[in-house]
Amino acid sequence: MSLQSLDIRRRSATTTPSPQARAPASGEVAKLIDVSKCIGCKACQTACMEWNDLREEPGVNVGVYDNPGDLTPDAWTVMRFTEYDNPGTGNLEWLIRKDGCMHCEDPGCLKACPSPGAIVQYTNGIVDFHEENCIGCGYCVTGCPFDVPRISKKDNKAYKCTLCSDRVAVGQEPACVKTCPTGAIMFGTKQAMKDQAADRIEDLKERGFDKAGLYDPPGVGGTHVMYVLHHADQPSLYHGLPDAPRISPLVALWKGAAKPLAMLALGAAAVGSFFHYVVKGPLEVSPEAEREADAEKESGRREPGASS
Amino acid sequence: MTRDPNDLPRYTAAERANHWIVALCFVLMALSGLAFFHPAFFWLTELFGGGPWARILHPYIGLVMIVAFALLAARVWTHNLIEARDKAWLRDVGKLMDGDDESMPEQGKYNGGQKLLFWSLVACLAMLLLTGLPMWRALWKLDVTLVRTASLVHAAVAAVMMGLIIVHVYAGIWTKGSLRAMIRGTVTRAWAWQHHRAWYRKITGHH
Repeated sequence: MSLQSLDIRRRSATTTPSPQARAPASGEVAKLIDVSKCIGCKACQTACMEWNDLREEPGVNVGVYDNPGDLTPDAWTVMRFTEYDNPGTGNLEWLIRKDGCMHCEDPGCLKACPSPGAIVQYTNGIVDFHEENCIGCGYCVTGCPFDVPRISKKDNKAYKCTLCSDRVAVGQEPACVKTCPTGAIMFGTKQAMKDQAADRIEDLKERGFDKAGLYDPPGVGGTHVMYVLHHADQPSLYHGLPDAPRISPLVALWKGAAKPLAMLALGAAAVGSFFHYVVKGPLEVSPEAEREADAEKESGRREPGASS
Repeated sequence: MTRDPNDLPRYTAAERANHWIVALCFVLMALSGLAFFHPAFFWLTELFGGGPWARILHPYIGLVMIVAFALLAARVWTHNLIEARDKAWLRDVGKLMDGDDESMPEQGKYNGGQKLLFWSLVACLAMLLLTGLPMWRALWKLDVTLVRTASLVHAAVAAVMMGLIIVHVYAGIWTKGSLRAMIRGTVTRAWAWQHHRAWYRKITGHH
């Protein structure tokens, strides 16, 4: 995809600013997934398949309603079903979370990606993979705090939810949002979604979910896909949603401070070697060594029979 | 080509070929590895036919390098056992750097610095193999914390190894008469007398 959209806030493996004259005047966008309103119908999965022309091969039943059992290069969103025995109320709760890319404000995939322009973040906040630049190394998988990107066995490119960047670019909401029959998935400016979430959370608290809250994890600078959770104090209840996601310190060091430090050290070794040569000159065989070696050889001829 | 009968043989043709296979692999590994490490070097992937090809080739070249280095190490490790005189040499290395090699302790086939380099390279390549395998996405998807740790250690060890090789290459350029040992196989008697006197005595049988 061309950079001529002029709305590229960040670009992987690129050290200078990308064209970013255009930014949405109304602010960044976000998708809000209200888990408390989800009925697990998977219409969002179907809409995603339809809009993106993706068909995951039918697999096997993995014992739960998750189908397919995991995100794949051809399944960019998957409903995760968790049966939760609430010890507080004694109720069995069916927690259904629509899994997929969270579109982090500080994307670990983009930080880790070594290929210029294979991952971009638009000025509206959407994180997108440009597979034409993808080299298939899988560093995005290593960098992602949510285990989202998948490398295709067909073409060795990384795939994930685009937040329907193609639809959003022409003023439409993502396909999953459009299709959701209960209105559990909403789309708008990030601020509008936060406001909407605040209303919902108030409502949920009135209904007895006193820990209801918004999942917009600050460790990754917030996300452009947010959840309303009935148990916001325990995100991991929802099929292992990270409680406090952030870019791993290992990845931050690997793709952060390690880069300039290593380059400085290697540059110093190379430049230092050069100047050592210039200042000290080469280490040559001295005339004395020539004479002594000759003398040694002569004495050796006079003492034959010595063995090595 | 004329050969001076007075010259001393230092490396056989097989040893030279083995060394240069490792060296060529290392250069390819360093160029492709730097491309994945820092955006300033991503253009180096073009030398391999583009990013995907660099990504495909890097681990295979690495395996060739590991095997070739293991063979080389099997040839030379007995000459690289650290002795008391090597420690003395390493303590005095500042004098050598200053250009004064007259007062350096007498050395065998390899000096203390070369031996230290050898064992450092053994350690680096073992680490690079161990950390490189979990990063090989074409083969498997392992635990993410393992892969993150491996990625960080792989980059750090690779940087250390590149530093060691810069020193190794510079030593070969700085010490005149050394490079021909690894290209033509021989050194002059005077070179051996000056830099590796104990080795000179051993192979000439002079005491």
